[in-house]
Amino acid sequence: MLRHKFIIFFAAATISGFFSNVVNSAGVAVKPGEEAWTTNGVFGSFDRKQLKRGWQVYNEVCAGCHSIRLIYYRNLAEMGFSPNEIKKIAGSVEVPAGPNEDGETHKDDEPIMRPGKAFDRVVSPYANKIAARVANGGALPPDLSLMTKARINGANYVHALLTGFKEAPSGFKLSDGMHYNPYYPGGQIAMAAPLSAEAVEYSDGTKATVEQMSKDVTAFLIWTAEPELEERKRLGIKVIFFLIIFTAMLFAVKRQIWSRLK
Amino acid sequence: MTKPTWKNPVVKWIDHRLPIFTFIDHSAIQHPTPRNLNYFWNFGSLLGFILVVMIASGIILSMNYTANASLAFDSVERIMRDVNYGWLIRYVHMNGASMFFIVVYLHIFRGLYYGSYKQPRELLWIIGILIFLTMMATAFLGYVLPWGQMSFWGATVITNLFSVIPFFGDTIVTWLWSGFSVDNPTLNKFFSLHYLLPFIIFGLVFIHLWALHTHGSNNPTGIDVKGDKDEIPFHPYYTVKDAFGLGFFLVIFLGFVFFAPNFFGEPDNYIEANPLVTPPHIVPEWYFLPYYAILRAVPDNFIDVWGWLPVIIPAKTAGVICMFASILLLAALPWLDTSKVRSANYRPTYFWLYWIFLINTIILGFVGAKPAEGAWLLIGRLSTLYYFLHLLVLIPLVGRFEKTKPLPDSISSSVISVSTKDEEPANA
Repeated sequence: MLRHKFIIFFAAATISGFFSNVVNSAGVAVKPGEEAWTTNGVFGSFDRKQLKRGWQVYNEVCAGCHSIRLIYYRNLAEMGFSPNEIKKIAGSVEVPAGPNEDGETHKDDEPIMRPGKAFDRVVSPYANKIAARVANGGALPPDLSLMTKARINGANYVHALLTGFKEAPSGFKLSDGMHYNPYYPGGQIAMAAPLSAEAVEYSDGTKATVEQMSKDVTAFLIWTAEPELEERKRLGIKVIFFLIIFTAMLFAVKRQIWSRLK
Repeated sequence: MTKPTWKNPVVKWIDHRLPIFTFIDHSAIQHPTPRNLNYFWNFGSLLGFILVVMIASGIILSMNYTANASLAFDSVERIMRDVNYGWLIRYVHMNGASMFFIVVYLHIFRGLYYGSYKQPRELLWIIGILIFLTMMATAFLGYVLPWGQMSFWGATVITNLFSVIPFFGDTIVTWLWSGFSVDNPTLNKFFSLHYLLPFIIFGLVFIHLWALHTHGSNNPTGIDVKGDKDEIPFHPYYTVKDAFGLGFFLVIFLGFVFFAPNFFGEPDNYIEANPLVTPPHIVPEWYFLPYYAILRAVPDNFIDVWGWLPVIIPAKTAGVICMFASILLLAALPWLDTSKVRSANYRPTYFWLYWIFLINTIILGFVGAKPAEGAWLLIGRLSTLYYFLHLLVLIPLVGRFEKTKPLPDSISSSVISVSTKDEEPANA
């Protein structure tokens, strides 16, 4: 695999290192540090216990404002939840039931609801974007499904942002209702520090420090953005392994055939 | 070349009525090919392979894609999550586009180094440029389809370029958009064209091959084939060499697909298109960056600088003209280059000009990724100037004054002296 890694690195460095757009967003922000995610590297995989903890943090903290609309309750099975657990999780929320046998969607001006099912999308906190803005002083909490892919250095950025809230340095002009965070472009963000120690109680006994919760929820968001990651890397190892051997054989065949020319 | 005799009665029957087997035999089996081609001659067949991969993966993607502004983004994510191996097909298609351009650039720069565009291969070269232009259009159209932020804003910037066309500019842009901004009808139109153009490329590739097989491949010495000793049959020598090159390429290509699938992409394109929010930096895909740099290099005070120009050309117009000229000028290269010697191996001055031109193009790529301001803008302007200086002044002049090195007597004499030296250790 070293050879494969080397090839990737080499190709990456030469071809695209040149071109890869070192995009620096308008307000230059502090670069996030490198974290050792279990998903990193060629052999990277998900830590299912961590994903479950991350789901808990999302569900109990983030979900107050942020949606993950690309995820269905059925997807939670990939993190190791049993069908019964999923039934329970999905059943704890209410979703619009749609027209009943009388063709009614509303009763007494209230939409008719039913318990959620595994095939439902994870419910969003707000009915629409305008409602989300109204509830958040004009700011729109972005959907988190693809967050770690939709930002440069996504996972490290999310973790740095979540743990990076602090007092604004003197002289920094903080606008009304904004919070200082050096990792956010421009340095000020509408979201207040979302995590505080013991904000959730982990059932597996892990201590819920801000650092721990941030890592767990970020790992969870890596999964929501790239649920195929593990399957992709596992298949990739087999494919590349085969190709390297096959190509080496082709090289030998080529040498042999060309040796006829003298 | 001998006419093949077919033993299989079915093959014989068909070939007598439609000589397709004879054609394949002539153009892919017996086809006499210079014996000294190096690995830079692998990229042609590789490009053919990538084209087929792109068409095949694209057809599968289109079965699951929805060309509707409010559904497109989610339909791509559905492919990534719910379609069996959809993530693989989509990442192959996405990274395949980048690979296509890496390989086509290597192919073009191979041609530039070894003078493959020179007599009698001028049309071959020009058809190649047409293929390249069609590829660029196809790639641009395809990048719009996932309907992310860069899709939308890239489409807005690029389509706006056509507004500089005199008199009809705005009408043409409205026509391109099928409306008054990039919107759902634009997406539909782009999807349709993105599906059409690859087949036009396919047709052009056949004409490219037709022209290629008329005079055969150029070779590293750049001298003409002088007899049977200079040539070997395409099969098995070059089929096996191309197969090995393909294997090597696949390791790199699939390495990206499986382990760094978003390496060439913009994170912003994982945010759904929003006409109300402009991304801080709108950058095209990496393979367009040199042209993007040329586009933005033209100063705003262009008219003041060139005040004596009888025709008033606004900066934007001049930038667009320069950008298109940077590619179209290449079509005139067979006539701009006055040297009779093809290969840079025998052209000591052109050798250096070639490498400077290559580095200059890479610099333009860097500049294209940066905001057009300060030092980057200045570098971009100088590089743009040099790009045209190279093509319009240096290339015509150097051919006239350069003292070229003596050419070998024949291809075979050049290889055999080299190859015995190379292979002695292996024999020992």
